[in-house]
Amino acid sequence: MSFTREPVDSATAGPVDGGRAGEKGPTPGPRRPGRWRQLSSISLPPVVLGVAIVGVWYFISYGVLEERRRFLLRPPHQVIKVGFLEWDNFSEILEAMWSSTRVALIGLVISIVLGFVVAIVMSQAKVAERAIFPYMVTLQAIPILALVPLIGFWFGYGRTSRVFVCVIISIFPIIVNTLFGLQSAERGMHDLFTLHHANRLTRLRKLMFPAALPAVFAGLRISAGLSVIGAVVGDFFFGQGEAGIGQLLKKYAVQLDGEQLLASVIMTALLGVVVFWTFGWLQTRVIGKWHESTSGGT
Amino acid sequence: MAATTTTGFLSFDRIGMIFPDGTEAISDVSFTVDKGEFVAVVGPSGCGKSTLLKIASGLLEPTRGRVVVDRERLGYVFQDATLLPWRTVRQNIELLAELHGVTKIERQQLATRAIDTVGLGGFEDHYPKSLSGGMKMRCSLARTLTLSPPLFLFDEPFGAVDEITREHLNEETQRLFGSEGFAALFITHSISEAVFLSSRVLVMSSRPGRIVAEFAVPFDYPRQPELRFDAAFAALSGEVSQTLRSAHT
Repeated sequence: MSFTREPVDSATAGPVDGGRAGEKGPTPGPRRPGRWRQLSSISLPPVVLGVAIVGVWYFISYGVLEERRRFLLRPPHQVIKVGFLEWDNFSEILEAMWSSTRVALIGLVISIVLGFVVAIVMSQAKVAERAIFPYMVTLQAIPILALVPLIGFWFGYGRTSRVFVCVIISIFPIIVNTLFGLQSAERGMHDLFTLHHANRLTRLRKLMFPAALPAVFAGLRISAGLSVIGAVVGDFFFGQGEAGIGQLLKKYAVQLDGEQLLASVIMTALLGVVVFWTFGWLQTRVIGKWHESTSGGT
Repeated sequence: MAATTTTGFLSFDRIGMIFPDGTEAISDVSFTVDKGEFVAVVGPSGCGKSTLLKIASGLLEPTRGRVVVDRERLGYVFQDATLLPWRTVRQNIELLAELHGVTKIERQQLATRAIDTVGLGGFEDHYPKSLSGGMKMRCSLARTLTLSPPLFLFDEPFGAVDEITREHLNEETQRLFGSEGFAALFITHSISEAVFLSSRVLVMSSRPGRIVAEFAVPFDYPRQPELRFDAAFAALSGEVSQTLRSAHT
């Protein structure tokens, strides 16, 4: 995360109200010469660390592991060659990824819709909030493993169960953040709406919902990442039908296909990052114009 | 201070307010604000000044006494600008008309006029985050102006801006009072602001808040900024200050 945006409010900076025409909003700061240096100072550390990690990886593959145990950690170029460049292997991974991505998306959409509804209900009546909250926390506290047999028992071992796991894992941050957001509008703004006889729906639409957006997006980004985890975990346990990435990971591990195993892990991580970025981008698009400290995030 | 029963634009009749936790915020407050009057209430922080406005506007129900006021088009200017950060200046200014179901075209006309009146032209499409404190207050004023309220309630509106901006905003408020012809009840803890703006200053004591003195302000409107350096202005301010001090101890 980088918060490079400058504070634009110059409330106490000068006699603004004397010369109204003089003030023309934020001006670009005189930071031009430092731009290149700033860019390198941001991107250099992770690049250096990345190179170091690859180095350690090579060292373990060739220096620590003897030849007959090298299958435990294949060197990077081997992973790229076998896992990514051999089309048969890579297409298998891609197909599984696609299946898991669909599960994650369906799960996420259900979480969003359900999460919004629950949060809105909770925000409208204190009684509802008090009633629902303890059960939500309980649900969140149950380890997903404990639920697996039950879910399989009820919904079978196919896609429904995978999506179910996905929803259980990803819904909590949406509910909590949306609720927090809906309750975040300032007292004075509520008073304003009260003074002008706004009804419940108007208040929700024009005040509470827009006020909730920053928190909603924070929740979405967390949940989007969790939905990918949920899809993989769900697939790991419920293997009927189209194989997803979880099934594939299991298979490679059993067959000692180290290269493909690592390639799958890398692809899954990429998927998570892409999802996270997408929502970060969406956030900047939707609320970046008005929200104080919106940053795309890294 | 006689218990007034005149029916003004706004009249408080023996108002008392005791909060659920037992704090007595206001005790036996009676006064009226008549048409064309600008009444300022000064008092130390925490004396229940703001509570008085909340009661006037109906946000709070008094535990004692009666308020008479027409709340249909009440102008309420808050301590903070309370602008909606996701709306531009123009959209913020249109908000109240929107809540009152005014048509879009009419709303735009009202907003354009209000923007002109407070001098926010050129900033219509800015979001609040890029406005200075003074401009936010102007925007808040403009928003209230769209309703052409016959009565304005000001709740320490300029407390958060710097001195020079505050003086500018005071002059502006005073100019609007002249041109728009509303009546006003203005809460503040600044004595010079109260004297500069109002035709009548009420001094409130703290805990519980009571009106302990009333001063008529004899200067004619429109008032010039130089009035602040006038000997009569200083004398009156001194008197108000003295009363406030003795009420505080």
